[in-house]
Amino acid sequence: MSAPVVIETQTLEVSIGPQHPSTHGVFRMDVVLDGEVVVKLKPVMGYLHRNHEQLAEKMPWIASMPYTDRLDYFCSMSNNWAYALAVEKLAGIQVPERAEYIRVIMAELTRLQNHAAAVGFLLSDCGAWFTPVLYAFRERERILDFFEAVSGSRMMCNYCRFGGVRVDLTEQTLAMARGIVERFPRFLDEFEKLMTENEVLMARTQRVGILPKALAIDASISGPMARASGVEYDIRKVDGYGVYPRFEFQVPVGETGDVYDRYMIRILEMRQAVKILQQALRDIPAGPFQNPAVKLRNFKIPAGDGYGRIESPKGELGFYLVADAAGKNPYRYHVRPPSFINLTILEDMCLGHKVADVVVILGSVDIVLGEVDR
Amino acid sequence: MSAFGKGLLDGLRVTAVNFFGSYFDKGRKERLFTYQYPEERAPIPENSRTFPFLVADDPNDPVGTIRCTACKICEVECPPKCIYIVMDRDEKGKPRQRPKVFDIDLSVCMQCGICVEVCPFESIKMDNDYEKARYGRFNELVEHLPDLLKPNAYYHRIKPTEAAAVDAKLKAEAEKKAAKAAAAAAAKPPPKPAV
Amino acid sequence: MEAIEKIKEIALQAVPGLRIEIINSTPPAAQPAFLVDREHIVAVARMLKTDPRWQMDFCSCVTAVDYLKEGYIEVVYHLYSVALKHGPVVLKVRAPRDLAQCEVPSLTPVWRGCEFQEREAYDLFGVRFTGHPDLRRILMWDEFRDHPLRKDYVPPADYEWEPTPHGEVLARAKAQGGVIPPSAAAEVKK
Repeated sequence: MSAPVVIETQTLEVSIGPQHPSTHGVFRMDVVLDGEVVVKLKPVMGYLHRNHEQLAEKMPWIASMPYTDRLDYFCSMSNNWAYALAVEKLAGIQVPERAEYIRVIMAELTRLQNHAAAVGFLLSDCGAWFTPVLYAFRERERILDFFEAVSGSRMMCNYCRFGGVRVDLTEQTLAMARGIVERFPRFLDEFEKLMTENEVLMARTQRVGILPKALAIDASISGPMARASGVEYDIRKVDGYGVYPRFEFQVPVGETGDVYDRYMIRILEMRQAVKILQQALRDIPAGPFQNPAVKLRNFKIPAGDGYGRIESPKGELGFYLVADAAGKNPYRYHVRPPSFINLTILEDMCLGHKVADVVVILGSVDIVLGEVDR
Repeated sequence: MSAFGKGLLDGLRVTAVNFFGSYFDKGRKERLFTYQYPEERAPIPENSRTFPFLVADDPNDPVGTIRCTACKICEVECPPKCIYIVMDRDEKGKPRQRPKVFDIDLSVCMQCGICVEVCPFESIKMDNDYEKARYGRFNELVEHLPDLLKPNAYYHRIKPTEAAAVDAKLKAEAEKKAAKAAAAAAAKPPPKPAV
Repeated sequence: MEAIEKIKEIALQAVPGLRIEIINSTPPAAQPAFLVDREHIVAVARMLKTDPRWQMDFCSCVTAVDYLKEGYIEVVYHLYSVALKHGPVVLKVRAPRDLAQCEVPSLTPVWRGCEFQEREAYDLFGVRFTGHPDLRRILMWDEFRDHPLRKDYVPPADYEWEPTPHGEVLARAKAQGGVIPPSAAAEVKK
């Protein structure tokens, strides 16, 4: 009987990125591989660091609003609302009801188009090169056209102001929004028929990248990633900001926390967002869309600090603002980015999986580098 | 339980329906949504904004009827500081309330529209022309006053509702000013008769 | 708010020798914070996490603020509870601005989510978190000098400059009285 042969192998260190079509931006992962299996993974970010936080200290409060568009550049309306919410909390500004409804409509449409793009890109990472992306983008284009008709720009909307929104919704644009919301369930049905029962997708995403619930809470994971792991926490329900308490919607929660759960959570969240939109578009009241007491120029905030957060499509997006005695510029402006913090457990999720799974797991985290690096 | 491969076949059926259906869609329907640029361009909504431009009331004398008074509020409020203004002065050095130099650096401008919101004279508005490609990266991307100055008729053409509202507002302001001046003139005592 | 006073009492009982005070944020934001001294912050954090009345198991936001005039850097932790759905509880720790003494115990052993955010605070402010598993720069590149978000930060004249072997050659030549061409003058600096 011969002794078993032991082959000495070396581990291979591979740098995935920063220029890589599947890393969702300029993002690098230093991966140490034993054959095809991941032994260690260190994420390296900072390639898109644009010093957003220091820029904000030099400019008045309203001038940071266009820069918040560019944080998570898919969800500019949500970013605008988060910043406006934080400033309004700090300064005690009231927002008229119509503006609150408009903000909810914009945020939920943002959620729809973000999840459509995220799911499309996840499937593209799995290898279904661009067919699901284009199916999703057909609906996303309609939403972006609506954003352009209302705010002037498809993605960099610069729409929320402190105490309201910049322009009102007209009958024409409301009709556009209603048209989008009517068609969306049909698109979701078609997309689910295309993808959800697909054996290739299930084989590649089930039992891959499992995130246990306790680790998700400990690592401050938020958003669809946390909910897929069983954490029942949605800031729209917990904080009840804006007029969300008036709407009836459910929060889908997953069980396993693998990539397939995150995909399904996003599909289910899209259905719930359609539900919220139907209610908001039905109930939107007439009235002012801006608080007339808020000045655009020479806007001052009394000294103090405060933290305001919303449920952005990627997770918990928060702004920590400190105003000094002068009050014209922020003294400290900090963004709590969901994508950045959701990357904390990337290594834990990828250990033991193959290199190909790393790309799929990263796709399911749904990062946007504008937010990770600011 | 469904047979293995049913999900795949269902998906393939969806793509087949879309593929063959695209031959029978009339006109620009759901499935053939590509615009063959540059022969056909996608229609842009009225509110669409790209870069700023300056409004002149009379197309025959744009420089003379420019609405901008070189107050520099847009230069101060612009977040990336892409606007550079120099006030026009006459021979004695007195300011003429219009700009001599008005430069916008297109490579810096982030099309936020804050300059339009803060302008007190309705003189800078957002254009919707996106075909701004040039053959250079530096000086070629700076627009000067002659490039930026466009007549009010152009503004009406690209943004009819907005331009109509602005015109109504300016007219109301002018009427209020005229009424105030007439009231001040009527309140003045009549001139003393020459003895 | 009685809940805030209650937390302070419980903390004073649970952690001996604790110095804790409440900073009342001005209305309307009204988010009062606990200023905790550096030696006991980990104990207070553990107490808040494990106490069944509070269960602050979700550390949402970790950031640092540079108070130049007052002379300290303040690290702020915003804590929420997923189990009991309440929050935020704000913890503040202060460290002197001087780089040699700017140290705060890390809360990463308590909440894993602090890992990247504390690295960012170190990178941008220079606050060293003792006990952090992997404290190195995260947003700036590794060879970057100084800490950009401090209020007294002066940006270098040339960000792209990196030391090269040729720079040493030039410095030696300059020390020996050689003439440096103006085009290479930038390489000899620092």
